[in-house]
Order: sequence, then structure tokens, then C-alpha cells
Amino acid sequence: MNAPLSFEPSPRLAPARSPRSGFQSGRLLVIDPKNARFSDHGIAELPRFLHRQDLLVLNDAATLPASLWAEPALELRLVAAEDDGSFWAISFGSGDWRVRTEARGTPRSLRSGEFLRFSAELGATILERDAREPRLVRLRFSLTGAALYQALYAAGRPIQYAYLERPLALWDVQNGYAARPVAFEPPSAGRPLTFATLFELERSGVTLTRVTHAAGISSSGSGSLDARLPLPERYEIGADASAALARTQKAGGRVIAAGTSVVRALEGAVAAHGALRAGTNVTDLLLSAQTRPRVVDGLLTGLHDAETSHFALMEAFAPRALLLRALAHAARSGYVQHEFGDSCLVLADALGSLDPPV
Amino acid sequence: MKFTGQAALVTGASRGLGRALSEQLAAAGARVVAVARAREELDAVVAGIRGRGGEAHALSYDIADKQAIYPLAGAAAALVGPIDLLVHNASSLGPTPLRLLLDTECEDFSAVLETNLLGPFRLSRVLGGSMALRKRGNIVHVSSDASVNAYPTWGAYSVSKAALDHLTRLWAAELGERGVRVLSVDPGEMATRMHAAALPDADPNTLADPQAVARQILGLLNDPRIQNGARVEAQTWRAA
Repeated sequence: MNAPLSFEPSPRLAPARSPRSGFQSGRLLVIDPKNARFSDHGIAELPRFLHRQDLLVLNDAATLPASLWAEPALELRLVAAEDDGSFWAISFGSGDWRVRTEARGTPRSLRSGEFLRFSAELGATILERDAREPRLVRLRFSLTGAALYQALYAAGRPIQYAYLERPLALWDVQNGYAARPVAFEPPSAGRPLTFATLFELERSGVTLTRVTHAAGISSSGSGSLDARLPLPERYEIGADASAALARTQKAGGRVIAAGTSVVRALEGAVAAHGALRAGTNVTDLLLSAQTRPRVVDGLLTGLHDAETSHFALMEAFAPRALLLRALAHAARSGYVQHEFGDSCLVLADALGSLDPPV
Repeated sequence: MKFTGQAALVTGASRGLGRALSEQLAAAGARVVAVARAREELDAVVAGIRGRGGEAHALSYDIADKQAIYPLAGAAAALVGPIDLLVHNASSLGPTPLRLLLDTECEDFSAVLETNLLGPFRLSRVLGGSMALRKRGNIVHVSSDASVNAYPTWGAYSVSKAALDHLTRLWAAELGERGVRVLSVDPGEMATRMHAAALPDADPNTLADPQAVARQILGLLNDPRIQNGARVEAQTWRAA
């Protein structure tokens, strides 16, 4: 099934190199798989495409400062949390975020039982190494509770990549409605949404709800490790969200996920339990062209290059050929990608009565 | 509002009214994040609450520090979940003895606004989005009668509290339809260190006990007669 890939044109989107400055200035590429068309809009126009009874599900995870330095050539990036309070982390060697992850030095190997110090207050003990990936370790911090979080916020920095032009502040990686800090990289699909847009959606009869999904790391710099991403991710679906979903489905509304993390949480919950119910769980679900979403009807997300797992997930919502055409158009038209980039709405019939096909 | 299981954040929690509110919220079943600059005093407050079987967590941050706001909000939500009740109690008089506007350094005026007005705005802005999305939340600004009276020498403090009362009304106007309730509460004169710094000659016996005022505030938070955005005098409030 991978064979045709290398013969297709692979348009490249430019990265957004810094947090967006203009208010509501993001672009919105609307892709309508039912009518096989797409068209250009601004993010503030989102309310045009959602209707009364529709449900927009946001990921309200706040983003941790998940990059910690133990030694001049040893960075640990937190990537997942366990129930017992321990964390999984990936080690990185010499260089920093300005260096492409593939070009970073190989970190020295970490031993089980070894103690790493990140600041005067905070350290961690390595509990185990992954059997296949020596850079993937589980650790336990030297502090708990308020002392742990105060020290973690003092020592940690947001994870970021070489396409950015400046170091990120903690506020750069938070969505306005974020609450519990469980994400390791920002759930960025919701980031271009202003409260003006969200409240306009509500006024037009769209319901907003939330899940809390611990979005993990997007790149490790190692082919074999990247092939295992995304790692299983924790999510919480509250009673408010499951009730809103039930009401939406009963009323015949559509469920639109703001972000691939929301799709993973909702579809993962249904795949695991057969129905959507409130609770906390872990999902390792990967969506692709072979997956038929059972709960989610549409997806608001960033723009993603064709070889990424995010793009594969989009193929669960629209045919690959249409997505590739839309992507080529986006690249030519100057849309930008990654966490501070433009947006894309994939929703059947979104353009049924609107603009002529591009 | 039942306080059982609510996630509450109280600033200025190491002493006086903030301490009393933290203790009483925890006693009423809330999971409390107590915030103040003074680490030792704050730890003692939290230890006392835990000793009585309550849940409380001490976070030592300066509300006037812009860099502290996201770490504070993140750490608080990590400890107790999305915040349901936010009490902006931390407050600064500026230099004492209090002085005339013409004797006030501009830098001191700015510093008072950072603590009393910009800090509360920044923290509400970070925590209020989740409240609006979840359609639940209470925000309390601790005000003062100096917000409505022009007492000579209370300059920066007085201005900050007047602005805070109006910030209350604006938040309520923007978030009221989304289940978020925002009140200004004037606690009246209390026997606190702040009061002693402002009016060292006052007779403590004429001043209210912060514990009694905190009880009044917990009561009025549950009073449906009070309109969203209102300014309420805690000491004269009476239950229905």
C-alpha cells in the first residue's frame, strides 16, 4: 500500500517560524470531501461552516515545559506520564532546539538507577530503559506535589524545533482555554481560535466541549523511535463531554474535532469501549485511510506534510488525492504549517453551497 | 455553590483574610491552592489545613511577576484540576506610611497596579478561558472601601481597587452568559497586618476578625440574590 507514495508530487509547506502576531490573522483551508473541493478562508470565518446542533470538541490540555537539561550534552524531553507518577522521557545529545533533531548528537547512555539533576531543586532517578530504544527511559522525579510542579516549571522549557526563530515562552504554547498541564507538546489546532470566534460559534448554536488529551512528542530524530510515535497517549473525557456528544448525536448534529489529539481520544474511546463514556484511559489508536471514524465527522487541524502521521489521520476523513491537491494548493499559496501555522477544516459538505471549486 | 470537591485558588494566602479563606474553603471540602510570596508562612498555613484533614497545596509565587502567571496556573491545575473558584486577595498598599499623590514615586504607583490590578487580570485571563469553556467558575476580587471613597494618601491602592471593581463588572459582562460569576467583595476593616501598616493607630478591638469576614464571604458566594458583577460589602451582608 505504500508503493505509490514515491511517485506522487510531495509539495512542501513552509513552517510558521514564530507565534502569530496578528489577531485572527490565521488562514483556513476548507476541504470538502463530499463535493471534492476546497477553498481559501480566514480562521475567523469558521462559524460559516459549522451549524446549529454541531459540536466542536477542543483539547483543553495545557502544555508542560517538558524539556529539561541534565548536562551540557544531555537533554531529556518528557513524552508520557504513567499512573504511578513516573514519566517516560527521550534523551537528546549535543546541540539544542536550534539543531534539527536528526542532527543532534547521540546522548550518552543512561543506566537504570542513575540520578540526574536538572536544577538545585529538581532531579530524577532513571527507573528503566526501553528494551529496543535506549534513548527512551522511564524516570521518577525527586519531588512530588506542589514542590515538583513549582520546580518543574522553574527548570523546564517548552519543547520546540529548529524551524522556529526564537526560544518559546511558556505562554507561547498554551491555548486560551487550557487547564490541566498534561500535554508535552502543544495541542495546536485550537491555537488560532480566538474567544471572539468561539463565542460566535456558541451564539450560532454550536456547542463547545472539551477532552483532555496528553499530546506527546512529534519527533525524536531517530527513525526507529519516530516510527513508534505517537506513543500511547492518556486522555480524559468528562461527563460534560460525553453528555454533549450524546445530545449532538441524538439531534443529528456533527462532531468536529479540533485537533488530531481529539480524534485520537474520541475514536480511541469508542474503539476500546464500543461507546463513548466518561473516564480516563490510554489510546494507541492510529487512524489512516483504512479507518472509518465512528464518532468524529470533521476535523479542524493544522496543515501537515504528506508523509506525517497527522496527514495519515486526515486520510480517515478525505481521499488522499483530494488532500494532496489541497496541500499542493496550500504550499503554492503560502500557507504555513506546524504549531503556529494556518488551519485546515476537513468536513463533508462544508462547501456544498459556497464557492465554486478551486 | 457547594465547596465540596471544588478546586479553589487563593492569592495572598499566607496571612489575614487569604489565610482565613484558604482554611475555611478547605474545611468546607474544597481542594485549595494557597499562593503567596512568603514560603515559610505559606507552608505553615498548608500544614495546618492538612493537619485538620483538609486538602491544600502551597505555591510560592509573586502575583505581580508576569513570568509567574503561567507556571502558577499550570502548577495549580496539575495539583487540583481546572480551577472553579479564584480569589484575588493578594494586595499591596505601596510604601507605608501612606503618602500624598504629590509625594508618591511613579515607580511605586506602577508596582501597586502590578500587584493589585495587572496580576489579577493576568491570572483571570489564564484561568477564565477554561471556566468559560466548562461553563462554571467563580472569580472574587477583594476590594476595599477605598475603591469608592477618595481618602487622601490612599492613592495607588485606592485607584487599583476602583479599577478592580470595574474589572469585575467587565468580566461579568463578557462571561456572565457562560456560567462564570465575578464579584467584588469589600471585606471592611479587619485586624490584619496590612491594616496595621496603613493605620497603625487604629484600635484592633474595633476591627473585624478575618475569620469572621471569611465566613461571610463563603456565605455570600452562595447568595443567588447577588447580581453577577456586583460589589458586595462582606460585613453587612446577611443571609436570606
